[in-house]
Formats: sequence, structure tokens, C-alpha cells
Amino acid sequence: MSSLISRHHPLASSAEQLRIINQPGGHQRPFEEALEASGLHPLQATHIEFFQINVGKLCNQTCRHCHVDAGPDRTEVMTRATAELCMEKLAATDIPTVDITGGAPELNPNFRYLVTESKRLGRHVMDRCNLTILTVSSQENLADFLAGHQVEIVASLPYFTAEQTDAQRGEKVFEKSIRAIEMLNRLGYGRPDTGLVLDLVYNPVGAFLPPEQHAIEADFRRELKNRWGVVFNNLYTITNMPISRFLEFLIQSGNYDRYMNKLIGAYNPQAAAGVMCRSLLSIGWDGSLYDCDFNQMIGLTVNHGAPTHIRDFDYAALKQRRIVTGQHCFGCTAGAGSSCGGATA
Amino acid sequence: MSAYYDNQDLSRFAEMGADAPELWKKFQEWYSAVFAEGALTKREKSLIALGVAHAVQCPYCIDAYTEDCLEKGANKAQMTEAIHVASAIRGGASLVHGLQMRNVAKKLSM
Repeated sequence: MSSLISRHHPLASSAEQLRIINQPGGHQRPFEEALEASGLHPLQATHIEFFQINVGKLCNQTCRHCHVDAGPDRTEVMTRATAELCMEKLAATDIPTVDITGGAPELNPNFRYLVTESKRLGRHVMDRCNLTILTVSSQENLADFLAGHQVEIVASLPYFTAEQTDAQRGEKVFEKSIRAIEMLNRLGYGRPDTGLVLDLVYNPVGAFLPPEQHAIEADFRRELKNRWGVVFNNLYTITNMPISRFLEFLIQSGNYDRYMNKLIGAYNPQAAAGVMCRSLLSIGWDGSLYDCDFNQMIGLTVNHGAPTHIRDFDYAALKQRRIVTGQHCFGCTAGAGSSCGGATA
Repeated sequence: MSAYYDNQDLSRFAEMGADAPELWKKFQEWYSAVFAEGALTKREKSLIALGVAHAVQCPYCIDAYTEDCLEKGANKAQMTEAIHVASAIRGGASLVHGLQMRNVAKKLSM
């Protein structure tokens, strides 16, 4: 597996992805119509709780479902100047949480600056970690750095067995992930009363919706403890979005129509009311502003009059901006809902 | 129609309410109640449904409950064991009728 862009795949273009997911068809109830029927149209931000910085597409893994099309061959990374601009704008707000994502965000040379500066500003910091990065030789003191700064780790682990995990994330990823969790547990992560929070993220390994969060969390807790002796704090379920490499999988496997029908048929107004874009601002590696990380990956910047770049950051306007939506948004409103923090309904 | 079974028909299941809406409504309510969390978890019920789907050899149910089991967090090992349970009962049900054969044979034989 390699990135779409390195394979010169048509789906590397966000315009091509949008053409596919927005094409009219019998099964394609417009997302805006669903919002309208739920009294949520136009969808508005309510506040900004999460300042989510995507520091770039560079990653040590090439997962089959990746909505970022990240990988070792990607070169787009946030510069120091943009990172400093992000911190300057953050300092002038009361946004409580900085959520750092990628790619593997830790590979960005400015990652530690962002963590340190955010903490200095008194903000809670979350690191969206792929776990295996903690086992890479160049990152040997990373776990200590994260623990030392009380960073909440939100780590991907799609299942408690190697077969499913490796099918989605690559050979030996499960084994390395368990080693990484062991390392984090030794530092106190995932253990009660240490203040060091380790959350795991479940993504379905295929074209189906996630299970109920509480049910699969109990399975993970039991199986990971019994089989590997490792622990964690919370498990979040996240639905795979029909974009980028997961869209490639859906089309290649002949599951695209069925999956879209499933997402649309499972539209849940309660989940729609709780979508994360209403309380999050997403910042791209080049400083562009988005309503969420998914919109970022298909090139849909914030719109409807709100500023589109961090240099023009306007807190008051962004807090009450209208959200840019599309057919892919059904991915966050299906069933129990999906967000960076798991189920929403 | 080129085949007796068409996977598109599964999504048309609700058309069965067209000429008997009250019965369809009752069926739907009962069906939903059956699969709700109860003394058994939703996943246990889904695995039972998958096993029964194989026992009654319903391709629609196999399709639906394979997906449902995955969406309940079950893995292929658990799903395969559920099918073995159904198969064992089917096999055992045939075999236990062998006693009828033995009874009849004994009666007819010298």
C-alpha cells in the first residue's frame, strides 16, 4: 500500500472525490435535505472547544482507510512560521483544548514546540497518535516527552487482534502497537489516578458501521488485559468516512453504493445535532482553516464569510460560522454518530 | 428476473407491508423488541441470528446478519463458531433420527 498521490491515482484529487460522493443518484438523499428535516439547516458552529492542528501528511504508516492519504512519501508539513502563527492566535482566545493530528504528528519537527507552547498557554493538549511511532528509533524519548507534558494520547487501534488491525494498518502494526501501549502503561498512561490519559480509537475494518461504543469498549478492556496485560482509559468509535483511501477501498471492493446507502439510511438527527464541527476549528499544514479534518482533506475550507487562513483568524466570526457540508457528512451522522471524540448520540 | 434470489430484494423487505399493513407493523414491533438488549446482549442475539440464518439457509438473513455481527463488534472467529453451532444442531438433528431407523429396523427384523 502506498499513498494515492504516489500512485497518481485519480482519487488523489479532491475534485474527483467530490465528484463521486456528490453525484446525483437514487440513493443520494442530499445531506442538506436531511439537516432541513431535522431543523438543523443551516448547520452552525456553537463555540470552539477544540483547536485542531493538522501538522501534515507525513506518516510512518500507510493505512488502507486513511482519510488524509498520509504516508512516508508525503512531504506536506507545517512550518515553524505557521506553527508560531497558530500559537499567537490561540493565545488571544479561551479555546481550552489543542488537538494535534496528522499524518503522524510527532514526525513534524515543530510538534514539540506546539505541545510545549500550548501547555505554557494553559491549554489541554491531545496527540492523535498511531502508536507505532513510539517504537521508531528516532522517537525513543517521545513517550517521556508526552508524559512529562501531561498530553492526552488518542491512539488508533481498530481491533484487539492482529488479523484485523494489520489488515487495516499494515503488517506487524498490532504487535508494535501493543509494545507501545506497554511502554505508555509503564509511564502511568491508562492507569487510574496518574492524570495520564490514553484513549483508543476503534475504526471498522471494512465497509460497515462501528458497534455501540460501550459494548466494544468492554471487549477491548477485557481482551487487551487478558491477552496482553495492557490497559487504557476510554475507547472511541469512529466511522470511516467515504473519502480518500477508504473511498478507494469502497469502490475497488464494490461496496460504495451499499456503504453510502447505509450511511444515509442510518442518518440520526441526534447525532447530527452533536457533530464535532460545531465545536471545533481545523487548521491545515499550510494554515488554511476548515470545519473539520475531513473537509480539510477534500479541500473544503471554511466559507460563508468566515476567514479561511490562520493569519486572518477572527475568533468572533469563526465561533458562529456556518459549517460547510456535503454528502460525506453522512459519515458523522449515521447511527450513534461519529466524531474525533467517538459516538455523539 | 433471472434468479429466485436477488440481493436487491433485501432492501425491499418493507414492501411486504403493502397488503397487510397491520400484520407488518406487528411483525416490525415484535422483531425490534426481540433484538433489543435484554437478558442477552445485542451481539449475542446477532450471533444467534447468524447461526439460525445458516440453519434455515436464508441468503438474505446471512447477508444481513453477517454485516450486523460485524457492526456489533463480533469477529470472524466468533461468527464461524456460531455457524458451527447451527451446523452441529442440524447434523445432530439428522443423526438422532437414526434412532427411529434403528427402532423400525429392529421391529422389522428377526
